[in-house]
Amino acid sequence: MTTQENEQRETSPRPSSIKRVDHTKKIIEVIDVSFSYGNGDALSGITLDVHDGDYLGLVGPNGAGKTTLLKIMLGLLLPTKGQVKIFGQELKKFKQWSDIGYVPQKATNFDPNFPATVKEVVLMGRYGRKGLFRQINKEDENAAEKALKEVGMNEYENRLIGDLSGGQQQRVFIARALAGEPKIIFLDEPTSGVDTKTQNEFYEIMKKLNQELGLTLILVSHDIKKIMGEVMHVACVDKTLVCHETPEEYLKNGLHGDVMGFISHHHEI
Amino acid sequence: MDINIFQYGFMVRGLEAGVIVALIAPAIGIFLVLRRYSLIADTLAHVSLAGIALGLLLGLNPIFTAVGLTSLSTIGIERLRTTKKVYGESSLALFLSGSLAVAVILLSLANGLNTNLFSYLFGSIVTVTMSDVYTILTLSCIVSLILCIFYKELIYISFDEEAAKASGIPTRLINYILILLTALVVTLSIPIVGILLISALVVIPIISALQLKKGFSSTIMIAECISVFSVIFGIIVSFYWNLSTGGTIVLTMLALFIMILFFTSKKKRISSNIT
Repeated sequence: MTTQENEQRETSPRPSSIKRVDHTKKIIEVIDVSFSYGNGDALSGITLDVHDGDYLGLVGPNGAGKTTLLKIMLGLLLPTKGQVKIFGQELKKFKQWSDIGYVPQKATNFDPNFPATVKEVVLMGRYGRKGLFRQINKEDENAAEKALKEVGMNEYENRLIGDLSGGQQQRVFIARALAGEPKIIFLDEPTSGVDTKTQNEFYEIMKKLNQELGLTLILVSHDIKKIMGEVMHVACVDKTLVCHETPEEYLKNGLHGDVMGFISHHHEI
Repeated sequence: MDINIFQYGFMVRGLEAGVIVALIAPAIGIFLVLRRYSLIADTLAHVSLAGIALGLLLGLNPIFTAVGLTSLSTIGIERLRTTKKVYGESSLALFLSGSLAVAVILLSLANGLNTNLFSYLFGSIVTVTMSDVYTILTLSCIVSLILCIFYKELIYISFDEEAAKASGIPTRLINYILILLTALVVTLSIPIVGILLISALVVIPIISALQLKKGFSSTIMIAECISVFSVIFGIIVSFYWNLSTGGTIVLTMLALFIMILFFTSKKKRISSNIT
């Protein structure tokens, strides 16, 4: 047993609910990835490892390519150079997409008039796992209900998604990702446009998912100040990978040159 | 009005075909409306006119040539849309006018600018034969089966295509399946409402049901009820009053839509006054 696991066992009030993770195991490898939208490189030469049980904040100024990197890791965009491996498998050959949960940037992907109840939305999280030709059954319904409980939204299951507040909708999208019982969850700017209280509740849920359920979380955010107090590691992206370290190291190392100057302005911790 | 509608074989056939089409149109329509594809039905209807003209010219069953040509053109439309060589709606305009041009040329070659054409344009249940009913029934069963198989994927793609893709759903394949099914449904609906009124059958029941703000399965059920009621009501009224069947069906749907719109906005006003 590793020291980390020992520590986890000692500090946790509910050791039985903790899922053990092997922090030394690489589950995502981004190897020398570059990407271009056709007018110069949006990302260039990014190499980054994510370990099992990690809670990684992907930060950087607007237009730095954070979301692009996230989409490359999700297989939504193909890198112009380099490759990505998930669980040791090349992305092209990777089939276990049900191990991956994705919470997209809400505002751009969601029609508030879409006729779906909260439960119907959360059930969508099961669809990829089921595969073609197979219908939803009781097991899927139970998984959806469990996921809704996990984010404290089970009382809303019959409400229309468009009738909920922004913060509640976001929790439903997290539940949708959880319903597929993933090992990794990618979140794209999850706290943009929500108030501080909702933000705090969101980070509480994230902490629970990471520490109790042992999920690996990769979170894209421009709010470096908030994220520093939450994540285990922070990867600063501005077309290239400027740094990848713990928040403590990040603060100790101070400025990362002019490139991340944007982020340093926000240091008030 | 002592004439019994059911003593006429063509009315029975018309009602049978009408109810089948009324059931199948909203089931595909909901995905088209939610994906902002409403106009695809209209475009494919015009393509199917070219298919019908081809059938008339070659002396084949026009429904089959229409199904063939619309299916082929769906691939072209989807290709143009995904490669972004032209804007989405421009590719629809291209196919709509292009196929109309082909249809006119083929019809003039076949000397076919006759009453037959009029019934294809506006629907005529009088011309529905028993073999048409069987064709409509068979194709509808195929469409329903495929819809059932890909139902969950279609919902996910309509709601959030990117997340669906990230969860491993083959979005391109599902998109192709959706417009292929649309092509089939459009062709089936021709004898009932005609080419020019098909979008109404696919779109109006759905947008009416959407006003009631229900979940996905409830919305489909409500749309099905609106659709079936309008088709039966439209066929019966048009029979007794000697009106165009397609026109009466579509006007019934429109009337229901306006009524629902009126009541829902009134309800909203009352509830906002209370709060």
